[in-house]
Amino acid sequence: MTPAKAVPQPTPETLPYWEAARRGELCLPRCTACDAFFFYPRPFCPTCHGTDIEWRQVSGRGRLHTYLINHRPAPGFQQEAPYVIAIVELEEGPRMMSNLVGVEPTPEALPLDLPLTVEFAERGEWKVPVFRPVAP
Amino acid sequence: MRAAAAIVGASESERIGVVPDESALQLACESALAALRDAGIDRAEVDGIASLGEPPITVAHALGITPSYIDSTTVGGCSPLLHVRHAAAAIAAGLCEVVLITHGQSGRSRLGGEWPMRGPASPEGQFELPYGTGPAVTKFPIGVLRFLHETGTTREQLAMVPVQQRVWASRNPRAMMRDPITVEDVFASPLVAYPLHRLECCLTTDGGGALVMVSAERAAALDRPKPPVYLLGAGEASEGPMVSMMEDFTSSKAFRVSGRRAFQEAGLTPADVDHLMIYDAFAHLPLFGLEDLGFVGRGEAGAFIAEGHTLPGGRLPLNTNGGGLSYTHTGMYGMFAIQESVRQLRGEAAAQVPGVEVSMCHGVGGMFTAAATLVLGTQATLSR
Repeated sequence: MTPAKAVPQPTPETLPYWEAARRGELCLPRCTACDAFFFYPRPFCPTCHGTDIEWRQVSGRGRLHTYLINHRPAPGFQQEAPYVIAIVELEEGPRMMSNLVGVEPTPEALPLDLPLTVEFAERGEWKVPVFRPVAP
Repeated sequence: MRAAAAIVGASESERIGVVPDESALQLACESALAALRDAGIDRAEVDGIASLGEPPITVAHALGITPSYIDSTTVGGCSPLLHVRHAAAAIAAGLCEVVLITHGQSGRSRLGGEWPMRGPASPEGQFELPYGTGPAVTKFPIGVLRFLHETGTTREQLAMVPVQQRVWASRNPRAMMRDPITVEDVFASPLVAYPLHRLECCLTTDGGGALVMVSAERAAALDRPKPPVYLLGAGEASEGPMVSMMEDFTSSKAFRVSGRRAFQEAGLTPADVDHLMIYDAFAHLPLFGLEDLGFVGRGEAGAFIAEGHTLPGGRLPLNTNGGGLSYTHTGMYGMFAIQESVRQLRGEAAAQVPGVEVSMCHGVGGMFTAAATLVLGTQATLSR
């Protein structure tokens, strides 16, 4: 049996993020006092330590902030190596690690700041946000 | 804290590189025994222990030491630099008198001393590992493209980092890789994590090292053949548990905070540094280090290295043992960077730089997770 890709284990604090992702929605916590989204999820604001946090679906649009093309595949990734490990800057501000889909893993196809949109990929019983380039 | 304590014993394991017949624990213990001999201090006098690799309690027990000061700080490869800083503070505060700092790692032969992986419920387990990250090379270089883009540094300049360090390694019989290389050689080596090629990534080796620290007063009274190396200033800092959460992918906050603190405590500036070690797990780290520590301006590090200023005879000799790229890299390299600073200050390095009085040793932990910086000096620097 081929090894599976690593599966996240939600904690009570991150569960809303993972439940939304499983529904196909990218939801992030937002501090109402700071009027700002943040990532990764915490039940308090990393900037003001306020606890008035709401979960909101974000646009799913972002840009390719930086990346590498990995030739040393992790378990479960052998078939798709080399593959892109990217930092995506979301339109709403926060940055997150992700993978890119629907694009050749070549430098020519991947200029920095390339516009992206979210979709979801299965990891065990959960889904993780991944990103696909869109026409600018 | 300035010059409150000194390194009076230092040794690496007799063999480094490929050592399939010694465990991580034995590499640490062998180095510890050699460092104690170097210091002329009996193990019965050791009352403090620090270790990276096998835990300090394991190393202390193996050596028959009952410590009353224990430091297991493990924040990645720079941990031995933090151990030095903490030991100096502990000695100054009277917690202990003789601290033994050890490292042993069997990174290549895999005989113990493994680095624990983060579990699936940790931040990294949830927000990085599902994207196919694994060893350092799948994470550490993720900011390189942004760095090149924003600073105008070229891939040729990046490739010059291993090229120039190989010049130092070629003068060091203990270095694992000693044959000169060119930028073309770097580009011809396989891509490991674009934009980095194999020759822009560190080695994976076995090895150990140890240090003995005492108060400056005691160091001055020891009367050993090798002079004490004083800790003039030190800093440490952390940024975050995941490389993906860096505030700025082109500069390390931990580097800046740690470096500033070390210079401040030493009362020195980059212009005072005769010799520099910057932990080089990957080729971009010396570039980040030179800029974030203030040795050059933003975007100037690539040209600085390419123009030869860090080479033998240059104005800022850098990574003079060959570094993690060419000398040795057990997985957590910091101890070996300190050892080279000590050798240069004692005047006993394989590729000795003439007249080194101030050496800076800067380390990174995790993937820009943490940093620590030591400013080390000879007796002559105490009055500066």
